[in-house]
Amino acid sequence: MILRTESLTSGGLRLALHTLAEGDGRPLLLLHGLGEHAPAERPSWTSAWPGPVLALDFTGHGESEVPVGGGYMPESLMADVDAVLTAKGPCTIVGRGLGAWVALLISGARPELVHGAVLADGSGLAGGGPQPPSPYVEVLPVAVTTTPDPFALLELSRDVRPPDYALDFVRFAIEGSTLEYPIVVSARIRPDWVAAVAAEPDVLDLPLTEALLRFAD
Amino acid sequence: MEGTDDTRSFPGARPPDRTGRVDSSGVGLAVNEWGEPDAPLLALVHGGFDFSRTFDVFAPMLADAGWRVVSWDARGHGDSDRARYYSWASDVRDHLAAITSLADGPIPIVGHSKGGGQILDLLDGRPSLARAFVNLDGLPSQFSAPDINDRERRRMRRADLTSTLDRSSRRTELQRRPDTIEGLASRRAPMNPRLPKEWLEYLVTVGARRDADGWRWKIDPFLHLGGFGPWRSSWSMEHLAALDVPFLGVLSGVTDEPMGWKSRLEDVAPFLPADGRLEFFDDIGHFLHIEQPRLIADMVLEFLEPVR
Repeated sequence: MILRTESLTSGGLRLALHTLAEGDGRPLLLLHGLGEHAPAERPSWTSAWPGPVLALDFTGHGESEVPVGGGYMPESLMADVDAVLTAKGPCTIVGRGLGAWVALLISGARPELVHGAVLADGSGLAGGGPQPPSPYVEVLPVAVTTTPDPFALLELSRDVRPPDYALDFVRFAIEGSTLEYPIVVSARIRPDWVAAVAAEPDVLDLPLTEALLRFAD
Repeated sequence: MEGTDDTRSFPGARPPDRTGRVDSSGVGLAVNEWGEPDAPLLALVHGGFDFSRTFDVFAPMLADAGWRVVSWDARGHGDSDRARYYSWASDVRDHLAAITSLADGPIPIVGHSKGGGQILDLLDGRPSLARAFVNLDGLPSQFSAPDINDRERRRMRRADLTSTLDRSSRRTELQRRPDTIEGLASRRAPMNPRLPKEWLEYLVTVGARRDADGWRWKIDPFLHLGGFGPWRSSWSMEHLAALDVPFLGVLSGVTDEPMGWKSRLEDVAPFLPADGRLEFFDDIGHFLHIEQPRLIADMVLEFLEPVR
């Protein structure tokens, strides 16, 4: 069960951050997949984690606020995670699907605040692929207030994720982190960007529970 | 240049004959129109960090030739609403909302710079929106990529990420810096080094607002030049090859100004659609329609005459 939910503000927009488990030490932050929201209870694979277990609802998802008019980019969701890192200090991150992509990006952008990122299977892992998908432009007739925001579903399932772009963030993470291996790939499904990241010599390829044990230190 | 403390005039500049707003899924877009309301419709799409009133000289020339010229401010620009998120895709969608709100069927569309690139993408998804497309120096090419090594490119991307995250966390505190009309104009000059001071001062009076502290550009202070996310010029240029409407591309060959993609003829020619036309001016800068409005207007009018 969710022990408590707190509101964070990210650039004027309200984000819901849920505490799934208390504990001492560095928090484990869970990032959900596309169209999902924070889990309703602590996932079993986090049972060995000694610190608090937190779960964020991305903008336009779960109990977080819905912006007017869409315009989502995974890079924009980094600001959501950045708000958590600012409030809670360094975290280890497990991202599912879309959350895995955002976890990689924020690991590169804030390597000093991300103490390890685990990239796991989940909804929205592939995004729009390494090349732009077939064109689709649509206007929704009214402003949206419910989650998941249809604009998020539309835009975050079509963003382009080239492998070389992903590798830039791997390099940022490695160059800026105190960890020898700050990125672990646990996903079994390997779209191009995940395969490229997993093939990097400084990236580990481990099952989820083993990856968490490594970062629990 | 003439005017009071709060106004400036510029030769040929004319405010819109009508203003209005259209809705794009909750984001209000400011629309400006020149010309007779029952004349055939023609859309002008501005570029990044510009706004529709930057067409105050060019649009009246087209309107005086018998077109109803409409243009809208992109989200966060000019008098349009600010939004939480800005992206290429949301701009493209806003263009769709504006065009379908204003037009019953296909219309000629003229896009400058980023606006031209976005219309290129829009027409790939919605080809039936246009009867003709004129792209004013808005065709991206690999040539414009700075000549930097991979390490430096990554360092710049990392720095941009960090600064964007920092600005995002301070977003509610961000404000455009106030200044005098002359001060704002001189601060814009590095972006528009070939445009006269009188024009830049005129732009301040239509693109900035005055409050107790002075003049501030209306553009959302969160927006900055550049932006992030993966992007390749070829992703847009492939859309050019797919166009199936009359197409005119106009390229600037001036390479020593900061704005624009600086694409060369040989970059664009392989993607030119059948019967597409390409014009190249090595002595006019990126803001072709502002530097040489009569020349460019006449070229556009001549090109669009068959689809009037």
